[in-house]
Amino acid sequence: MSGVPILSILVMLPLVAGIVALFQSANGARWNALITTLVSLGIGVWLWTAFDPDGAQWQFVEHYKIGSGVAWAMGIDGIALVLIELTLFLMPICIGASWRAIDKRVPEYMASFLIMQALMIGVFTAQDLLLFYIFFEGGLIPMYLIIGIWGGAEKIKASYKFFLYTLAGSVLMLIAMLVMILKAGTTSIPALMAYDFDPSLQWWLWLAFFASFAVKMPMWPVHTWLPDAHVQAPTAGSVILAGVLLKMGGYGFIRFSLPMFPEASNQFIPFVYALSGIAVVVTSLIALAQTDMKKLIAYSSVAHMAFVTFGLFTFNRQGIEGAMLVMLSHGLVSGALFLCVGVIYDRLHTREIARYGGLSDNMPKYALLFMVFTMASVGLPGTSGFVGEFLSLVGTYAVSSWAGIVATTGIILGACYMLYLYWRICYGRLVHADAAAMPDLNLREVWLLGPIAAGVFWMGIYPESFLRPIRADVGRLLERVERAAPPGDAHFTAGKPAATPAHAEAH
Amino acid sequence: MNLAPILPELILTIGSIVLMMVAAFLGRKGSALCSWASIALLLVASITLAGEPSDAGMLFGGQLVADAFGALGKLIIYLCAAVAIVMAHNWFERDFEHGAEYPVLILMAAVGMSVMVSATSLVTLYVGVELNSLAAYVLASYRRTDERSAEAGLKYFVLGALASGIMLYGISLLYGFTGTIQFEGIAAAFAREGTQSIGLLFGLVFLLAGLAFKISAVPFHMWTPDVYEGAPTPVTALFASAPKVAAVLLGVRVCLDSLAPAIDAWRQIMIFAALASIFLGAIAAYGQTNIKRLLAYSSINNVGFALIGLVAGGPAGASAVLFYMAVYVVMTLGAFLCVQRMRDERGEPVEAIDTLSGLAQTRPALAAALATFMLSLAGLPPLFGFWPKLLVFQAAVAEGFFPLAVFGILGTVIGAYYYLRIVKVMYFDAPAQPYGKGQGMLEGALIAIAAILVSPLGYLLIGPLGDVTNRAAGSLF
Repeated sequence: MSGVPILSILVMLPLVAGIVALFQSANGARWNALITTLVSLGIGVWLWTAFDPDGAQWQFVEHYKIGSGVAWAMGIDGIALVLIELTLFLMPICIGASWRAIDKRVPEYMASFLIMQALMIGVFTAQDLLLFYIFFEGGLIPMYLIIGIWGGAEKIKASYKFFLYTLAGSVLMLIAMLVMILKAGTTSIPALMAYDFDPSLQWWLWLAFFASFAVKMPMWPVHTWLPDAHVQAPTAGSVILAGVLLKMGGYGFIRFSLPMFPEASNQFIPFVYALSGIAVVVTSLIALAQTDMKKLIAYSSVAHMAFVTFGLFTFNRQGIEGAMLVMLSHGLVSGALFLCVGVIYDRLHTREIARYGGLSDNMPKYALLFMVFTMASVGLPGTSGFVGEFLSLVGTYAVSSWAGIVATTGIILGACYMLYLYWRICYGRLVHADAAAMPDLNLREVWLLGPIAAGVFWMGIYPESFLRPIRADVGRLLERVERAAPPGDAHFTAGKPAATPAHAEAH
Repeated sequence: MNLAPILPELILTIGSIVLMMVAAFLGRKGSALCSWASIALLLVASITLAGEPSDAGMLFGGQLVADAFGALGKLIIYLCAAVAIVMAHNWFERDFEHGAEYPVLILMAAVGMSVMVSATSLVTLYVGVELNSLAAYVLASYRRTDERSAEAGLKYFVLGALASGIMLYGISLLYGFTGTIQFEGIAAAFAREGTQSIGLLFGLVFLLAGLAFKISAVPFHMWTPDVYEGAPTPVTALFASAPKVAAVLLGVRVCLDSLAPAIDAWRQIMIFAALASIFLGAIAAYGQTNIKRLLAYSSINNVGFALIGLVAGGPAGASAVLFYMAVYVVMTLGAFLCVQRMRDERGEPVEAIDTLSGLAQTRPALAAALATFMLSLAGLPPLFGFWPKLLVFQAAVAEGFFPLAVFGILGTVIGAYYYLRIVKVMYFDAPAQPYGKGQGMLEGALIAIAAILVSPLGYLLIGPLGDVTNRAAGSLF
């Protein structure tokens, strides 16, 4: 097992397949992409079973020197593992969603997606700081092409905005990385996670990393690229963007900001909570007012990712595990919601909510699945959304009651905008003739949405499957940040002893 | 007298004189012969550099040195010159009256550049610069029937002469106040008197101003867009690569060797030149509609990043500069090779960026190659152009120049916009009139090699190339 460089294979396979796809016909590229992503998923399943949750922190480690201090170093812990699984699970669905919807320049499209997959896996597996940066930034180019070539009417603006916003956020991180390499004398991420930087230096490094991850996440007020990118991207592009790319921000916080700069992270808790609190309330209200389905879901993403930042900066187990589950759940649910939008967009070619209505009459299967994902997004118990958000809120409340209260209003507002959306699309009467003429889901679409629905219920009913691999790693992270953990404002005070019955008897 | 250390220069000098005779007697018939012979000479000269540098110390009474630093510079210069000749061989039959002289001039320029990178005294420095420049003035106006080319040559000559004059004035001041023309002696004088001496300070500033002109660093960049636009494309490719390498390397040697004790004085100048070049190169490129002008601003922008390595100084900084220039010339030559393929149906070169529209659909391979070069010039990972930028920033951070690194890297974001615009035009826009077909296989192969070198596969070179640049930089100190 240790002899096979499984992670390198996982990165290289889609890369090679992507280059091959460029030279294929449209159908050849489609099948190539589907088979490659399914094989990768198979490897991913094997990886999950082979990963030992009680074993070493870093497993499947590979290390090849390249020179100049940089190395092709790979290895995963439980946190990376679950995010890799999420990526591998969503990829075949993306390819399936683009099967008919993309009909021009198919080979290039499939190649972009496959290369994208390679880079995303690379981000989660890289154990070398500079290698991580290369993968992290490298993802911009294929996504730029995906939005720019196959996007909607205002694709050019959206693609520039996406690219330059994220690039501007990330370059400062590079300088911070160079400083870290200079101080610590290593580029190895595990070594840096154990290195204690001077707290005054941490402050600057934390800010530089925050700039990058906050844009990627995205956090209010640097989220404005996201609605544009989501709305203009093709359906599968939105799925990957919401499902995986946003998770890189959260992964960055959990991999870099918290363990490498615990003191600075502590100092910035009020700042992060303030931004997250504003994000939850403001973007939820913005979502409520949207008339474009994709934009609504994009704003809901910003609101949901705020639960992640709330949870991560609690420095306690519930909060961090909850944040991880919110990330996984949001990856599935928002991906599925974008697919749901894609399904009806393919039929009517509009994202205007007002053009639909009453779809539960003519598209019952669609209405059912859409309901499942709506409920998961709202956080109904039994779905994946509930577990993560609940844990994250519990953790937040332990640190700051006010933050917990503000965050919880987000749940209520989330229910408002999601149910309002569902009501406008699926209920009511079929007033538009063209919407009424839309056929229900075909087999391909059922196969796209069905597995995600299964995943949503699995995570909601038995989250242990997903918590088990990360438990040990969250424990290690907690040990690392313990010295900087905030005290919390919820203190237990001993109550007054109840009036003793004996006293009463005296009378 | 031991001539072995200057063997490459001897080969090129004698070869160019012989080929000049060939060109004179054979006329147009000799053009193919001259080109291939020149390429062969450049390759032979490169091979003689391949071994361990003799490190014979100072040659000819301290005029020249043949060290690893110079050897690497010469290697890059000769290969660039060879590519520039290859690029031109398709132009001869149709465009050039004096096709045979073209490679001869390039050989002479190459000799001049060799002298530049190995000069250790102010006089050899000046001779090298002028030998290169005189050949370059002629090359810029090579299509003399074309108004733009003639204008380019004239503009280059007038401004170049001015810069040479300034440089020569600086040299005379340095000589006058130190009593020596050798770098070592000047360093000793600076160490003795510091920069309190007005004469020395003026000499330093004027000398660096002249050098800044040659590398087209802001504020001495004004000639660059016009000359790049007007000169024939193969000549522009040469201007953007070899002389830049030579001048940057000369600047490194002058600053880190002869002006080393005055580091605080020239650092300020270089910090300004670096940041101004980065930002001006990035911002001024926004509105360009001509691809060659755009690449001119791109070269200004890139020189700024190389200067950041120089500001950092020390072996790490010098090594970063060498690495930067080595990768930069591959990207630039690749981009110009692609530009050379931009021709209309009749084979006339076109330069408007609009004509690239939709290239990804009409000529996918060419579009992919040009996109690779553009994104690599922008320094975006995972392309290899990212690595040299990383190295110069690493050198700057190691020396504590945090604000410089931060502003420099923000400059890459601004610059990314116009590089992305080329990608956008090629990939997002509707196809325009397709380019004419029928161009050489050799150029195609060169484009492919350059594209592969700057693709992520280039990272495999980090080790070997890093060793070479480290050794070369080490020989300076």
